Amino acid sequence: MPFEFPGMGPLYLSLQLALTTTAVLLLFGTGLSWWLARTGTRFKPMIEAMVAMPMVLPPTVLGFYLLILMSPDGAIGGFWLRVTGDTLTFSFLGLVIASVLYSLPFVVQPLQNAFEGVSVQSMEAAATLGASPSDAFFSVAVPQARRGFLTATVMGFAHTLGEFGVVLMVGGNIPGQTRVVSIAIYDHVESLQYAQAHTLAAILLAATFVALFALYFLNRRWRND
Amino acid sequence: MLQILRNSLCFGLFLASFSQKVVADDAISVAVASNFYHVARQIADGFERGSGFRVRLSTGSSGKLYAQVLHGAPYHVLMSADQVVPQRLEQDGVAVAGSRFTYALGRLALWSRQRTLRGQSCLEALRAGQFRKLAVANDQLAPYGQAATEVISTLGLTDQLRNKLVIGENIAQTFQFVATGNATLGFVAYSQLLQPQVPEASCIWKVPSDQHAPIVQQAVLLRRAAEESGATQFLEYLAGADAARVIRANGYDPITQIHSKKY
Repeated sequence: MPFEFPGMGPLYLSLQLALTTTAVLLLFGTGLSWWLARTGTRFKPMIEAMVAMPMVLPPTVLGFYLLILMSPDGAIGGFWLRVTGDTLTFSFLGLVIASVLYSLPFVVQPLQNAFEGVSVQSMEAAATLGASPSDAFFSVAVPQARRGFLTATVMGFAHTLGEFGVVLMVGGNIPGQTRVVSIAIYDHVESLQYAQAHTLAAILLAATFVALFALYFLNRRWRND
Repeated sequence: MLQILRNSLCFGLFLASFSQKVVADDAISVAVASNFYHVARQIADGFERGSGFRVRLSTGSSGKLYAQVLHGAPYHVLMSADQVVPQRLEQDGVAVAGSRFTYALGRLALWSRQRTLRGQSCLEALRAGQFRKLAVANDQLAPYGQAATEVISTLGLTDQLRNKLVIGENIAQTFQFVATGNATLGFVAYSQLLQPQVPEASCIWKVPSDQHAPIVQQAVLLRRAAEESGATQFLEYLAGADAARVIRANGYDPITQIHSKKY
């Protein structure tokens, strides 16, 4: 562990979880957002509603259903156990899956908005100039949607960093695996160790402020360009 | 428009009157640890019938209730799931000195709902170690967690079980881990297993109470209620024989020798 300060392990774990989740979401979320921005299917409102649901559902609801789904008796958890011999709940991987679902709308929505702003003409122009669809996507759509990518990255990251209810339900509070910073703060508050809680909370407060400040600052910059 | 203004003003005053005085009516506000809520409700029902007072129950973890009381929450009585919180409140001068007493002793149980353990002994399964996860409550936060840690250590299984432990934030979550099949075995409150709608157990080991330090649940009268006769009456009822019957029926050991305690 690069941090050897006592009590900082949960912070490091949260950072790891937020980075992994954001990376996964950018990978899959980009495809989904692009498709949502371009598709004419009549199922689009239904899919959009499903994507937005983690934003309005109480995290404990999401957590409880994940606990059941990922349980060794559940559909996904049972399959996973047969294939790997390990349970999904109480593991870092389980937390990544939960966080991907939990932060999905925070990545997909800004990306979809940004992609919807990419004009069909510019994509067609790229195609007439001989660009393959993936060429056109990376050299035309992505640069035009960069503010969407910025928002998606920062919001996905910050939202996962602050995640609590879902992790509480499926994590099992295992040091180094599932005891993330929000859980550690909760434990400190519950066991009346307010000083330790303050230290971690202050770091989290500062980190989220810096991330969000960077987001709004860069967003303004790029708009003015 | 004027009508709306006047109404909202009235409503504002109505709200303000609440913050002025805790009880505008004859209700007693009792903050109770979540794990004891359903038992407290039954006790409160009995008390209401006999006394004519009404009892309003608020729930939360003992730690949260402590923070709330410290910051002026309008409770008359606190029924904690431990003894630390009432002690702290006494030291902080927020609780009435000398009003603290033990109203129930919690009983620990090891249980499983895994089919392969049906008809087997939970204790033997724990010893054999042929399972994936054992759920226990956080021993820093939950008295049942502390007791479970103690039992595991008494059995000499601490090292053997270290990598199998999953920690619930409280006893309700620990129960949930076992009930949903995520943990094979779990140390929970025996009282939880007596509640309706509990999934069928494969095995239960009611841990003998001499295997760990007693799980002491204490209640205390809060300073802001010192003038409320209803609150002291409720505490007397809580220490009495009627309440003891309810407490026992719900899987706790009651403390019966405290009747003589005067407030």
